[in-house]
Amino acid sequence: MAKKRMIQAINEALDGEMQRDKKLILFGEDVEISLFGDTKGLVDKYGTDRIRNTPISETVMSGMAVGAAAAGFNVVCHMMFGNFMYTGFDSIANQASKLRYMTAGQISLPIVYMSVFGGGRSAAAQHSDAMHPLFMNLGGLKVVTPSSPMDAAGLLRASIRDPNPVIYLQAAGRGGELGEVPDEEFIVELGKAAVLRNGEDLTIVAIGAMVRPALRSVDFQKTEGVSIELIDPRTLVPLDKEMIFKSVRKTGRLIIVDEARDTCSAASHIAALCAEECFSALKAPIKRVTVNDIAIPYSPPLEKNVLPNEERINNTVSEILKFA
Amino acid sequence: MADTNFSNDQMLKLYESMLRIRKVEEQLAKDSKEGNIPGAVHLYIGQEAVAVGVCSQLSDKDWIASTHRGHGHFLAKGGETRLLMAEVYGRDTGICRGRGGSMHVADFSKGIIGANGIVGGGISITTGAGLASKLTNDGSVAVAFFGDGAANQGVLAEALNISTLWQLPVIFVCENNGFSEFSPTNTVTAGNIVDRAKPYGTACETVDGNDVIAVWQCAERAKLRASRGDGPTLIEAHTYRQRGHVEAEASFLSKNYRDSQEIESWVSKDPITLFEKRIVDAGQAKIEDLQVISRAMEAEVNEAVEFAEKSPYPDPGGNEQQYMFT
Repeated sequence: MAKKRMIQAINEALDGEMQRDKKLILFGEDVEISLFGDTKGLVDKYGTDRIRNTPISETVMSGMAVGAAAAGFNVVCHMMFGNFMYTGFDSIANQASKLRYMTAGQISLPIVYMSVFGGGRSAAAQHSDAMHPLFMNLGGLKVVTPSSPMDAAGLLRASIRDPNPVIYLQAAGRGGELGEVPDEEFIVELGKAAVLRNGEDLTIVAIGAMVRPALRSVDFQKTEGVSIELIDPRTLVPLDKEMIFKSVRKTGRLIIVDEARDTCSAASHIAALCAEECFSALKAPIKRVTVNDIAIPYSPPLEKNVLPNEERINNTVSEILKFA
Repeated sequence: MADTNFSNDQMLKLYESMLRIRKVEEQLAKDSKEGNIPGAVHLYIGQEAVAVGVCSQLSDKDWIASTHRGHGHFLAKGGETRLLMAEVYGRDTGICRGRGGSMHVADFSKGIIGANGIVGGGISITTGAGLASKLTNDGSVAVAFFGDGAANQGVLAEALNISTLWQLPVIFVCENNGFSEFSPTNTVTAGNIVDRAKPYGTACETVDGNDVIAVWQCAERAKLRASRGDGPTLIEAHTYRQRGHVEAEASFLSKNYRDSQEIESWVSKDPITLFEKRIVDAGQAKIEDLQVISRAMEAEVNEAVEFAEKSPYPDPGGNEQQYMFT
């Protein structure tokens, strides 16, 4: 084990996969120079046939990934910022997520669409969205949201090796986050949530960048005598429903912390599932800590006010515990 | 008309391929009217020379992606008539087991990435398949069929840029059939579509899309450019959509948008009729020989209908998640 930054862990995982899989190609805007550092150095090792800068043309890029995958390649389509996936959304939504089904399984599409997502850096509304619910709703895509360097590497390897299209979203503000990463190659299986803290009184499910403020809140609440179980789903499709249900049945209380806008957020979906499946175990209403239905603002005080944080989580914990 | 030194067999093969499409689609027009098929069908009647001329240049290792008007491309590339028919009938024996229908017929074993319900949807996919062909370096090419309507999608500009920049073995075949759904092309399209290749330095040609030999030769030149590493070609084939955008459209349209004289003038230039005359005039076959082919195609279609009608529907009680993920 060594401490590594998340972006370094991702870079090493990409490097290892390029080494392992000669059919793996990666293309995207400025991937040769690497804006974030995740693709740093790869073009020097693997050449421009396999690591290639594209024009700023998300519409064609997302569809090219489908064509190249259909023709036998494993593809990482680097979309840079999550908001740019909207620009390339047509082929993701209409082709990648549906082609296998529509052709009765004639092909697999081993594609990873990767980008950063979420706010916290004064990047303003067109570079800060958390758009994972859009992809969750399409049915034919896996959706991956790592929160630690170790998971970022392990989930990326699993995503690349998965024969299906995967949306891999790395929290934009967490690239520099340090964490222990095993020295040997390891996989984190898609569809397996992680219990980050065990607890008895309340369950918190936190997604992507929201895991960090949730961890702080859980550790603070412990000093107040409140025992909270913290779950990171790690992948939203497939979702480890059973692990969440099991926890909610034990604690009877649930808060979901999600950086998506409130309406139809991942939090809304998880809340609905738990209301349906764990109703008799619930001791209090399920609460969602999300982003209100507004564009992400630029100015730091405004943005800070919009994004879920430790204080909002703590307030919600207090609120929920007042119930009976 | 383009000159030709084609053998009698080659000529008859092209004729058979065009006639197969025509007979299948005449059947589907009837099926649509009689309510024998569940969904909408967009017929290719009048445009057969484009699919046949281009696909006759291709083998199974070459890729094509097509359009919502895609039966012709599917059949010309070697897709089986009975598997197409059963698919359009929504049956479990269809090429996509009833999951896709008319707008999504695909057969990857024959390089048919498939028809597409999104106008312009096949353009980016083909560009990616062309990238795969280039990296594999197996001499294969990727062909995007699309209409004049799709030429107004932004993706064409992006695809021309990147495929020319990367010298990808791609052929963009724009079938200008005179209509963008229910709008005449000239009411929604500025300039000449073929000229859209020029600022990118992409090779481009126009061709008479009702002359199968001219299309064949044009596609041959494009394929040669692609496979020797000279990059993509944009072909604009001028042809005509003899049918509506979608069958049964008269039942929901509030007014007529077509000129009957225009239709008549293009029907008189029908690609199959023209080709029949050419074969017979050149003495490459007798009219009786062509009638034999016609009857054989009718028999093939009848057999396909019978196969479709006798086939079961997919079982809705089965695993509905099947085929979503591998």
